[in-house]
Amino acid sequence: MSKYPALKSLVPLIPWTAAFAVIWLFNRFVANGINPYYFSIIMYAGINIILAVSLNLVNGFTGQFSMGHAGFMAIGAYSSAFFTTQMLAHQPGWMESPLSSFSLFLAAILLGGATAGIAGVIVGLPSLRLKGDYLAIVTLGFGEIIRVVLLNIDAVGGARGMAGIPALTNFAWVYGFVLITLFTITRLIQSRHGRAFLAVREDEIAAEAMGVNTTRAKVRAFVIGAVFAGIAGALFAHQLMYLNPQTFDFNRSFEIIIMVVLGGMGSITGSVAAAVFLTGTREALRPLQEFTKVDFRMVIYSLMLILLMLTRPNGLFGSQEISSILKLKRKKEGARG
Amino acid sequence: MIQFVQHLINGLSLGSIYALIALGYTMVFGILQLINFAHGEVYMLGAFIGMYSARALHLTDRPSIGALVVAMAISMAGTALAGFTIERLAYRPLRKSPRINVLITAVGVSLFLQFSGQLLFGADPKVFPEIYHPGGQWHIGQIMLNPLQLTVFIISILLMLALQTIVYRTRLGRAMRAVSFNHDLASLMGIPTDRVISFTFMLGSALAGAAGVLVGLIYPKIDPLMGTLPGLKAFVAAVLGGIGNVTGAVVGSLILGLSEEFLVGYWAPTFRDALAFALLILILLFKPTGLFGTGRQDKV
Repeated sequence: MSKYPALKSLVPLIPWTAAFAVIWLFNRFVANGINPYYFSIIMYAGINIILAVSLNLVNGFTGQFSMGHAGFMAIGAYSSAFFTTQMLAHQPGWMESPLSSFSLFLAAILLGGATAGIAGVIVGLPSLRLKGDYLAIVTLGFGEIIRVVLLNIDAVGGARGMAGIPALTNFAWVYGFVLITLFTITRLIQSRHGRAFLAVREDEIAAEAMGVNTTRAKVRAFVIGAVFAGIAGALFAHQLMYLNPQTFDFNRSFEIIIMVVLGGMGSITGSVAAAVFLTGTREALRPLQEFTKVDFRMVIYSLMLILLMLTRPNGLFGSQEISSILKLKRKKEGARG
Repeated sequence: MIQFVQHLINGLSLGSIYALIALGYTMVFGILQLINFAHGEVYMLGAFIGMYSARALHLTDRPSIGALVVAMAISMAGTALAGFTIERLAYRPLRKSPRINVLITAVGVSLFLQFSGQLLFGADPKVFPEIYHPGGQWHIGQIMLNPLQLTVFIISILLMLALQTIVYRTRLGRAMRAVSFNHDLASLMGIPTDRVISFTFMLGSALAGAAGVLVGLIYPKIDPLMGTLPGLKAFVAAVLGGIGNVTGAVVGSLILGLSEEFLVGYWAPTFRDALAFALLILILLFKPTGLFGTGRQDKV
């Protein structure tokens, strides 16, 4: 292999490609056989993974506590849904062949990601000059402003919501983008830019002294996070087939935050695990919610968050990844033997 | 013109309620550099305590200013206790943690109170009892003056004056200012800082409790989620005036109350809830220290 350095650099891509193949096969042969209720949980788990991992890039790796992730998700959801419904209204033929519906949805997702990214620049440039609590509350404010604006746009249904969105999302789309998210963000963290993010988190002044353009690093992380939130929103819109600004309120942002915090700020493995776990818990708590008529999971989430901060502020995984935990174990065994 | 004056009056009474909440934010921030997200929920608790005590003591039988004072006193005592408990259980153990952890905890406490409030009080809105009923409208020329609004405004002003006296004219107030100036130095001077912080929380929470009862008088529909938005808006008002500054919080709240009222009255009622956040963003961009605040410089 050493003869072909270009080939060698492709080796790390093998597991990712294999995972893509597995997802495609699963989608083709297994997904249709699953109970639709459980299947929808699996889909939302995937969407939540994208959201949690992308927010972790901002909150965990770059250390900029954002509380407006639902806003970017909303922008991605609305813009992509508006795009597909308009396209289909003018040209219903798009849905006829698999190839054309594939390209339509791909375009919609990319559009959702792009608009959310642009919103990320607009929100990030001014607000990332602020720190800590102020940043948190300003991003929260932007999230709310986005929601109120959507509520007032009649073309997307306003307070009535937006119905009639085609059901384009399937297992391969969601988990394909989960893989893309994981791939992009893990690789990014290990790159030069990612190191700059970590440096900003650890000590902004020191990072600046070392020549990191801290504002640019922060905005970059923020925009990348927003793009993936927009993609998740696009997938969400075409899964649920109905959008309402109320879906993207502060509680939605909070749900994503608790996934990041529970998993560990700065651990992608943690975010994935927490996203899956919390999506499952939400469904498990649904009977209780119907019984008490109260959003019971929020009681548990918030209590969990407080207790977590009091007892284990680093979350379940801290800043560790599953790969590093496994490696550590192997080393220990090696030392013993 | 008449309409303008009417909006002015409404705006001032709304602003004075924001001010009572904003004072708690600003005092806690001044002393701990913590945005107490749960403060809006303390205000919600104040409204509910007021309602239940009015029912239990049959204050509606003889609505009077006395009944209002009783309900407010009970509610202020209750919220002061709540503030004390929150600080003791959730914030004090984190005194030495990174600020982001405290912030997350504060958000957690806020949501916990909202949703356990829904469990406890029921999620549907409740009607706040009529404990003070000055009756009728006063007409000054063509301007209608609701005596209820006037009462709210006057009581708020009295409470703010009381606060001003406590902060600037008493030993405890001096201790509060010392702790907010420099926590470690104050403790070296023999000030029991933990006790002063507890007291600050209680004072701020009591004001929020009073605001809860007053708001129940004007807008007699209360529900467990009612605190979120006024809480955030009051925070914006505190930032607008310069967070950590008592006068600033009052001025900022009045500005916010007035601008909200005029936005609703003249321009775009549906954007009401976005205004506060837009204002916050503008103020943080152009004058992050607020109108009356003094900046703090980060040092290496």
